[in-house]
Amino acid sequence: MSESQKVIEIEVLRYLPESDAAPHSEIYKVPFSDDMSVLQGAQYIKDNLDGSLTFRWSCRMAICGSCGMMINGIPKLSCETFLRDYYPNRISIEALANFPIEKDLVTDLSGFIEKLEAIQPYIIPKEPRTLEQGEYLQTPEQFNAYIQFTSCINCTLCYAACPQVGLNPDFIGPAAIALAHRYNMDSRDGGTAQRMELLASEDGVYNCSAVGYCSEVCPKHVDPGNAVNINKIEAAKDYFLRFLSPKGGSK
Amino acid sequence: MQFAYSEKGLSVEIFKADVVIVGGGGAGLRAAIAVAESDPKLKIALVSKVYPMRSHTVAAEGGAAGVKKPTDSFEYHFHDTVGGGDWLCEQDVVEYFVKQAPVELTQLEHWGCPWSRTEDGHVNVRAFGGMKIERTWFAADKSGFHILHTLFQTSIKYPSIKRFDEHFCVDLLEEDGRAQGAVVVEMGTGEFTMIEAKSVIIATGGAGRVFRESTLGGIVTGDGMALAYRHGVALRDMEFVQYHPTCMPITGLLFTEACRGEGGYLVNKDGYRYLQDYGLGPLNDKPKNKYMELGPRDRLSQAFYFEQQKGRTIEHPVLGSVVHLDLRHLGEAYLRERLPLIYEMAETFMGIDPAKEPIPVRPGVHYTMGGIKVDGNCESSLKGLYAIGECSSVGIHGANRLGSNSLTELLVFGKVAGVQAAANAKAQTPGNSASLLKQAQAVEQRVMALKTKKGGTERIATIRKEMVQSMEDGCGIYRMEDTMQATCDKLAELRERFKNISIDDQSSVWNTDWLTAIELDYQLDVAQTMAHSAINRKESRGAHQRLDGPDGAYKLRDDVNFLKHSEAYYVAGGAPRIALGDVKITTSQPAARVYGAAGEKADQERKASHV
Repeated sequence: MSESQKVIEIEVLRYLPESDAAPHSEIYKVPFSDDMSVLQGAQYIKDNLDGSLTFRWSCRMAICGSCGMMINGIPKLSCETFLRDYYPNRISIEALANFPIEKDLVTDLSGFIEKLEAIQPYIIPKEPRTLEQGEYLQTPEQFNAYIQFTSCINCTLCYAACPQVGLNPDFIGPAAIALAHRYNMDSRDGGTAQRMELLASEDGVYNCSAVGYCSEVCPKHVDPGNAVNINKIEAAKDYFLRFLSPKGGSK
Repeated sequence: MQFAYSEKGLSVEIFKADVVIVGGGGAGLRAAIAVAESDPKLKIALVSKVYPMRSHTVAAEGGAAGVKKPTDSFEYHFHDTVGGGDWLCEQDVVEYFVKQAPVELTQLEHWGCPWSRTEDGHVNVRAFGGMKIERTWFAADKSGFHILHTLFQTSIKYPSIKRFDEHFCVDLLEEDGRAQGAVVVEMGTGEFTMIEAKSVIIATGGAGRVFRESTLGGIVTGDGMALAYRHGVALRDMEFVQYHPTCMPITGLLFTEACRGEGGYLVNKDGYRYLQDYGLGPLNDKPKNKYMELGPRDRLSQAFYFEQQKGRTIEHPVLGSVVHLDLRHLGEAYLRERLPLIYEMAETFMGIDPAKEPIPVRPGVHYTMGGIKVDGNCESSLKGLYAIGECSSVGIHGANRLGSNSLTELLVFGKVAGVQAAANAKAQTPGNSASLLKQAQAVEQRVMALKTKKGGTERIATIRKEMVQSMEDGCGIYRMEDTMQATCDKLAELRERFKNISIDDQSSVWNTDWLTAIELDYQLDVAQTMAHSAINRKESRGAHQRLDGPDGAYKLRDDVNFLKHSEAYYVAGGAPRIALGDVKITTSQPAARVYGAAGEKADQERKASHV
């Protein structure tokens, strides 16, 4: 770093609720090397220029899901987005869209967490088994049916990308629906009917307008858009079957 | 937008629980579920400074150890663990651990953990360093991620678990000689809550961020260790800090040991598999357990150090001294199936396709073997205070942890602590709320003063940088008296300078500037226990290796004087007091710790002597 240090301008949408009436931009000049992520740029600002800059982060390796931001208007994990890819232009960072801002880059996640909790994201055993009976067997086909949908890191980039979440904040949304789908597709689980009530409700899958941007921004290739679309069909079947079966829907 | 910051000045909310758990990672969640299943009437407060699924369990990659194959046995797992820990393990605790391991891993399977499978549908196991038989259950190379999310999602089933997400613990409550709760700050508002409880479980994870180059997330700051320590509980074996041999240079990000478990090689600048020169050979056609790249982490990191000394590492213009982790012969398809995260990390962070190029790696700090001293029931010397997971020292890792034992530890001892804490909560009478509230108010005043005091000049980041550099210089892979002393002195100096910090952010909402300062305070305490325990241990054992002593005497293990635990006790305003404690030995007498061909020979001799 001895030769002329490159400096990039980072424009941050700041919001300090105790002193700001509205969010405002501040521009920081950050010296950087080619290996530095946008997250490291933010850390540089906090350590050296302004300790009040606030953002969530932890693992630095795109698995904890903390550090999502709008980077030049696109939802991304800041730990795996690199300053070099934006230099020499200015880079702008903002809190993830479609969420209330608590402070600077920190969004209010309570609504998202409530949605996760609401879809019953746990095994509701189809055939209960004791520990003495050992593990459930899963064939490769059974395993492959759900494994992709287990990869969600709850980073909420898909909510920031979803136009429908912007219009109806109560929409359960891509990640939570993908998680419901993950359990529905698990051969150990028998809880589909219970989950389907919420998926087929007015805050459920039909809110989706099939834009597919959620899957595009997903850093873990979960393809939540696909999960939502499969469940539109399932919910329709469920709805139809309700008229045929006195006990109700699916399975 | 909703934020209700207090305008009343000092005020403490009160929450009455039966059990409070500080830390919402794998261990804390497992404990919470165990309490809930013990008795659904018990009220549980689960406190975490991040949403639970952000906890650093999430970054564990390789897997969790538990006997699975018919050719394996509890005895083998026991001997691997005790030998791997250089005989500093509590052997009775290890005996319990290895027996309970498969039960807990199966429980997790029932809860939906997507363990990787064999073709016939059973849970698969992979080889891991220092393990005689394949016994590491894995979920691709995202085992910790899947364990954490499975536990978090499962915990949602239990209405008695009240989560305090993004709440930061600033102190424990102690009265009448027992732990009675915790004081926490809601990060989003800066408001204080006193959580009264009859049992307190600490599950805050490790402290590796006191070092410069580590695999760890920013949250791994040893909070719970410092909290227990300040309440007079010993931190045990803190000098044993694990360097993982295969980390990304500069960032320290981890390339799992499973890379080697799946058959990866470590080579030096001549393309030579240098581990054969360090008692881990000879080379075999196929990967062989406890040979070469499947040796234990301490030995592999130490071998790197000597390769560097000999000038046989690769000198990279940006990355510094590295060796190569070569996975090319495994092929892209296999790598994508078994090591998808590693594949992505190499591509994204380093621009390397591991199917085509070797990955430059070097050792980085990964794990704190030591921690809050607890007994086999996970209870500390302070009645009602329990500790589990990386923040604890229950005694299974000794001087060097074997990879994949710690994820299992979370489950096995998370459950033990939950059951014990539940029983204790039912047996205890409620505390004196009025006097506990006075304590909590005093805590609030002290913690607020750190933020509001005027005239400071030291930046938090500066003190942190000097601390992590000094720990690396003095307490690295190899250690010597003079550099360890320099680190002890430096830490004392930083302790003084910490009194003069200045905090930019004076607000209440999401004041991470202030919280980071509190973390740094914790880190300085924990760093001191590490450095002082290290300088006091005049021998080499496991992850604590010295190059000094009269005629180099400290280069060797010294069972006469140091087959002992180190115990660091808090001394207000000064350096920790270090005492030595006994090690519980049941069936495995200390022997030479050997791997490769020498290890196999020793195994056979041990077997023969039992006949």
